[in-house]
Amino acid sequence: MTEKVHIAVALEGAGWHPAAWREESARPRELVSPGYWRDLVRAADDAGVVLVTIEDALSLEGRSTEADAATRRDRVRGRLDAVLLASFLAPLTRRIGLVPTVTTTHTEPFHLATGLQTLDHSSLGRAGARIVAGSSVSERANFGRRADGPVGFPASGRVEDDPAWEAAFREAGEVVDAIRRLADSWEDGAIIRDVETGRFLDRERIHNVDVEGEFFSITGASIVPRSPQGQPLITVLAHQSVPYRLAAEHADVVFVTPQGVDDAEAVLAEIAAAADEVREQPEPLRVFADLLVLVEGTESAAAEAWSRLEERSPISTDARVVVGTADAVGDVIHDLAGAGVDGIRLRPARLPADLIAVTEQVVPRLTAAGLLHEDDGAPTLRERLGLPRPSSRYVAQEVSA
Amino acid sequence: MSRQIHLAAHFPGVNNTTVWTDPSAGSQIDFSSFEYFARGAERGLFDYLFLAEGLRLREHRGRIHDLDVLGRPNTLSILAALAAVTEHVGLVGTLSTTFNEPYELARQLGTLDHLSNGRAGWNAVTSSDAFHGANFRRGGYLDHGDRYRRASEFAELSKRLWASWRDDAIVADPESGEFLRRDAIARVTRTSDLFDVDAVFDVPASPQRRPLIVQAGDSADGRDFATAHADVIFSLHTEFEDAQEFYRDVKGRLAAAGRAEDDLKILPAASFVLGDTLEEARERSREIALAQVRPETAITYLEQVWNRDFSGYDPDGPLPQVEPDTGPESAQGFANRHAAVRSRIAKLREVAETEKLSIRDLVIRLTANHTFVGTPDQVAADIDRYVQERATDGFTVVGHLTPHGLDEFTDRVIPLLQERGAYRTSYEEGATLRDLLGVSGGRVAAGA
Repeated sequence: MTEKVHIAVALEGAGWHPAAWREESARPRELVSPGYWRDLVRAADDAGVVLVTIEDALSLEGRSTEADAATRRDRVRGRLDAVLLASFLAPLTRRIGLVPTVTTTHTEPFHLATGLQTLDHSSLGRAGARIVAGSSVSERANFGRRADGPVGFPASGRVEDDPAWEAAFREAGEVVDAIRRLADSWEDGAIIRDVETGRFLDRERIHNVDVEGEFFSITGASIVPRSPQGQPLITVLAHQSVPYRLAAEHADVVFVTPQGVDDAEAVLAEIAAAADEVREQPEPLRVFADLLVLVEGTESAAAEAWSRLEERSPISTDARVVVGTADAVGDVIHDLAGAGVDGIRLRPARLPADLIAVTEQVVPRLTAAGLLHEDDGAPTLRERLGLPRPSSRYVAQEVSA
Repeated sequence: MSRQIHLAAHFPGVNNTTVWTDPSAGSQIDFSSFEYFARGAERGLFDYLFLAEGLRLREHRGRIHDLDVLGRPNTLSILAALAAVTEHVGLVGTLSTTFNEPYELARQLGTLDHLSNGRAGWNAVTSSDAFHGANFRRGGYLDHGDRYRRASEFAELSKRLWASWRDDAIVADPESGEFLRRDAIARVTRTSDLFDVDAVFDVPASPQRRPLIVQAGDSADGRDFATAHADVIFSLHTEFEDAQEFYRDVKGRLAAAGRAEDDLKILPAASFVLGDTLEEARERSREIALAQVRPETAITYLEQVWNRDFSGYDPDGPLPQVEPDTGPESAQGFANRHAAVRSRIAKLREVAETEKLSIRDLVIRLTANHTFVGTPDQVAADIDRYVQERATDGFTVVGHLTPHGLDEFTDRVIPLLQERGAYRTSYEEGATLRDLLGVSGGRVAAGA
């Protein structure tokens, strides 16, 4: 029997196809309105999608690699801060994990950590983050604090061939470590409210993190008491060795982009090897395969919709593209499940159209086929993914002292 | 018509005035507490709710302070969540200009303004000591003058970023394929010894265009900042004559800055205690003060000033006669710290001697001196007088209990303010925070 998988959804602007905003069903003038995001994420929540990721970047052209990104007028531009958008969505949703994209080069790691902890409190244990390494030239100009950093991607396409990119990945690892330490800095039960002795806290159960890294240092404990999940779920999108290692060392979930079943097996093997080498956590790294999907009622309608988009603006994407009926998408997911991935992250080509198709057609088919993990009511995102709640590292320290 | 009263609802903070020992006191961190508080502020038709910011846990003599409420959420993240469970009330948070960068804070506040349909506000503060800086990449290094220069340039940059998208920038015409009117977004640059920014903003113009700016410092630099940038001053001037003088001073500066008097509101912090009679209110005030200043709170307060161990002292006895331990010149950037501590102690001694106060009563006098104590009628009349006689434009009200500390005020005082014709009886549909406060400066004419 095939292993069961989780379904995640990746949200980006009007969808992942650059021409998606021109579709009749698109809502291109509402991309920064609260109602647009509430509708999308509620639909995913109601369908039982396990988590939603939200794209973000700290510049107008975002993560575009197009040479003329700064001047072209036909692309969706303008966005909301993803951590705050996720925070807004927390009280409006019930079960779904909220995983905003965060950059690790500009945002203060302390603010990032406390923002995610607060998201975990507000969502009652559904917070995560997608960690992005590095920064673009325009991001650095917007901030004006750091001259150093990668300029484009190395010609080889490999991170290890550019010291600036390698440094960016080391920094991302440091930021994740700081997020986890700050999340652990208040032990559970540090708030005692002992009226007898007049003590609100047991200060022995709150710990300075004393992070002293290559890129930054943080002395104190978090300002936020420990949150329902203990630590937010850490996720990374990875395409090659250095990011695989970052994920293996620091992440709970990695998103990968295999082009087929054989490729998926190779990626899983490479990640397993990286984990053998660098992973310290006992829990296995969960691997989700990304698929960019366009779904219509018939194969011909799907093909027609896709060529309409492509004629307007051809896509360049890292993910495998699946254009077809809900059954066709289901078949691809079935095969990937067979290859051993833990989940699938679907990137709807058009929003809201392909998200609706996923929630109304794809998910019910997968459920009927017994391919999906059922929601057993586990209260937190971690537990829903079968990951235990981490105990604070500082408790262990005391026991061994 | 009466001058209209404006009110902000301050979530109880992490200091001794928040009473956690009361059996009804709730969580300071659970979202349910914040939701309760926000809905309560909206029920009371407050202009906005107000949250402070945590940058580091309080310490006392090198250890985490354990007597008061401690631990709170990230300001921006909790405000964004509250935007989802409220419709009308403004959402204002304290955010440091020292440990943030303009591009990111402007996009976060712009985001909050979109998510709340125009209810975002920013209490811009400076912070520069090494103790807080130790949690940030930037560290603590700015002296007083520089941090206000940075705050001012920061606010200026933020305002330019918010104004950089014209209202018609997003075309989104599926036929022509033009999404963005590129020339409708202005580049924002600044090169100084403090900033080197060459930015293109990525958040489209938000409902208020410019989120509200609140200012809380009281120094000369602080007043200059307020005159130039702020829409509201969160002051500490609550004695009537003192408040009137502050009001005159600040409002008087506006004309020179080319601003209208109404465009800067002054809302000092205020606490309250109600009773059915004045007598009963005074008794309750005393009880609450004793809960706010427990014996160990009083001793700790003096230990912070003197930097000495006073655990052997009787809180109901007189002030210690010993000299403070000013230690080596502090790394916290106070050049004349010795003199400041000595002069502070001299003042404390003077007050304690003149009014014959014990340690505990002195600390009550300093930290638990409730602004309005009386029957609801008396409190409403007092508040109204401050506003009608131009001592304030209203108050930032703080209760002593989390999260329900303002319920009594909303239930018993607000209706009386309404009867006086000095307070709104409903929210205007679709009003932004600027609309509620009656301050302009946000919306720009289309195409301007």
